[in-house]
Amino acid sequence: MKRLNFTFIIIMACVLAYIGTQVSNEYYIGVATLLLIHAVNATALNILLGYTGIISIGQAAFFGLGAYVAAVLSTNYGVNPLLTMPIAAAAAFAVAYLVGSPILKLHGNYLAMATLGMGMILYIFMNEMDFITGGPSGFVGIGDIIIGKFDLADEKSFFVFMSIFFMVFLFICELFDKSFLHNKLKFIKNSESACRSYGITPAKTKVMVFASMAALTAFNGAIFTFYTHFISPVSFSFKYSVELLAMATIGGLGYITGGVVGAVLLGLVPELFSAFEEYEMIIYGGLLAVVIMFLPGGISGTLKRLVKRNA
Amino acid sequence: MQFLYSGLTSGSIYGLVALGFNIIYNTTGLINFAQGEFVMLGGMLIYTLFCMFEIPFYTALPLTLAGCFIIGVLYERVFIHLARYKTEINLVTLTIAASIIMRDVAMHIWGRDSLRVDDYIPVVNVQMPGGVISSQSILIIAVSLLVAWGLNFFLKKSKYGKAMRACFDDQTAAETCGISVRNVRIMSFAVSSAMAGIAGVIISPITFVTYDDGIMIGLKGFAAAILGGLGNFWAAVAGGILLGIFESFSASVIPSGYKDAMAFFVILLILFIKPDGLFGRKKATRV
Repeated sequence: MKRLNFTFIIIMACVLAYIGTQVSNEYYIGVATLLLIHAVNATALNILLGYTGIISIGQAAFFGLGAYVAAVLSTNYGVNPLLTMPIAAAAAFAVAYLVGSPILKLHGNYLAMATLGMGMILYIFMNEMDFITGGPSGFVGIGDIIIGKFDLADEKSFFVFMSIFFMVFLFICELFDKSFLHNKLKFIKNSESACRSYGITPAKTKVMVFASMAALTAFNGAIFTFYTHFISPVSFSFKYSVELLAMATIGGLGYITGGVVGAVLLGLVPELFSAFEEYEMIIYGGLLAVVIMFLPGGISGTLKRLVKRNA
Repeated sequence: MQFLYSGLTSGSIYGLVALGFNIIYNTTGLINFAQGEFVMLGGMLIYTLFCMFEIPFYTALPLTLAGCFIIGVLYERVFIHLARYKTEINLVTLTIAASIIMRDVAMHIWGRDSLRVDDYIPVVNVQMPGGVISSQSILIIAVSLLVAWGLNFFLKKSKYGKAMRACFDDQTAAETCGISVRNVRIMSFAVSSAMAGIAGVIISPITFVTYDDGIMIGLKGFAAAILGGLGNFWAAVAGGILLGIFESFSASVIPSGYKDAMAFFVILLILFIKPDGLFGRKKATRV
């Protein structure tokens, strides 16, 4: 078994601790919280695309599904926010399992189109079912997460909560990255027929991975709901799926660091350059194309290769 | 009956898009995500030439198609040919990236509004048994069938068409017989984008043209291609028409906001029951 990448975990922990203790500007803390949320989503997509070879461009839909389930349950039915998160995850798991089981038997091509379609459909449902979701104008009046005495209402306490969640998530991902399971998934990516001859059922494993990642994304979506207190379908459109795809790919497919690096990089750039927003999608598309064409390992993969060559 | 007529109209457009998917799938094994974007491009180009610069229609049409043809060639050369690692996932992601770029470049050039293209022929409603059908719809149906027939003719009779069909069957064998597979690839991208361009041109007077039309029409074209079965040209047209009719009948039962969801349910249903498509050959799906 390979060693865990402790350097990366420690660096992330230090950065989060620094932001949590030293930065007092509420706006920056808010940006950091959002970056963490993007990073979790991008990492989930990275596990799908980089490890297992499942291309999904409907991740935003699962994110939105989780957000809406949590919002509706906590606001309309008075369910404890903490309890809504696993429910949201379970709902997304069920949807992903149902949709995934026919599609994942097929090749990557079909999958991309089908997940795109599913994303569009869920987006349409969010817009059309206004009696539940509030339609295009959004869903308001979402409460806070309350853990014991702590009410996570202000930016800072929420950041602490999100950081803890993120570090736990990162640690589990690192464990996964060094586990046998990850070899199995990469095996599926490289050759499905070889897998079959070794007694692995690719379709079954792929469906489980797809559904688990959908559940994770939905869980994250529920957290997002209680952070922003306001959700509307715009946040979960096709554009966000593409952003996630760009984050995972540019950061580096098949590396746990990749999703995080990509999310931080692509998340920070629009904050730094306001003129960027207008050409956002062109730049994302262009970067995506260039990285896939010339640097298949993304930033993480390229750095790792350079380090190895010089060492 | 009215539903049947409107279904036929939209269905023949889906059929045209599905044909484009088919051509590229046959030569490269790829689903081209930017197919819908080429439909949008066709509409945009005809708007620019015909309505903005007021070039006569019979000059504007060939120019538009030539434009789509050339962009199709560039698309293959830049995105597909240059990619260093040509795995299936990489190429699919590349076509997604290309479609995003095309969509947003179109947004910057033509803006976010729906653009109205003038009618090519005078609009008259023709009384048919059980309903009316406008002359535009008749034009769309006629042109689609004509294009499908023309394509069939091109593939069966012409030298290039025969080369393309040879590549569909077996690329290695075709290469050994002296057919340049590279040129056939370029050709298939160019032909399919020109066909998408035709679809864009004929549909834009009815639905208008917006920069983000491409996603939906691409998705529906794909649904049509799946419904008919990838790898079979007439099946693609039939799949498109079936999908169109199905969609317009479903619009009479459920609220129209959900109409776009139908295409997706069709994809899922077909993949679930019969992944080869209704009229597909076994080769097409490669499960």
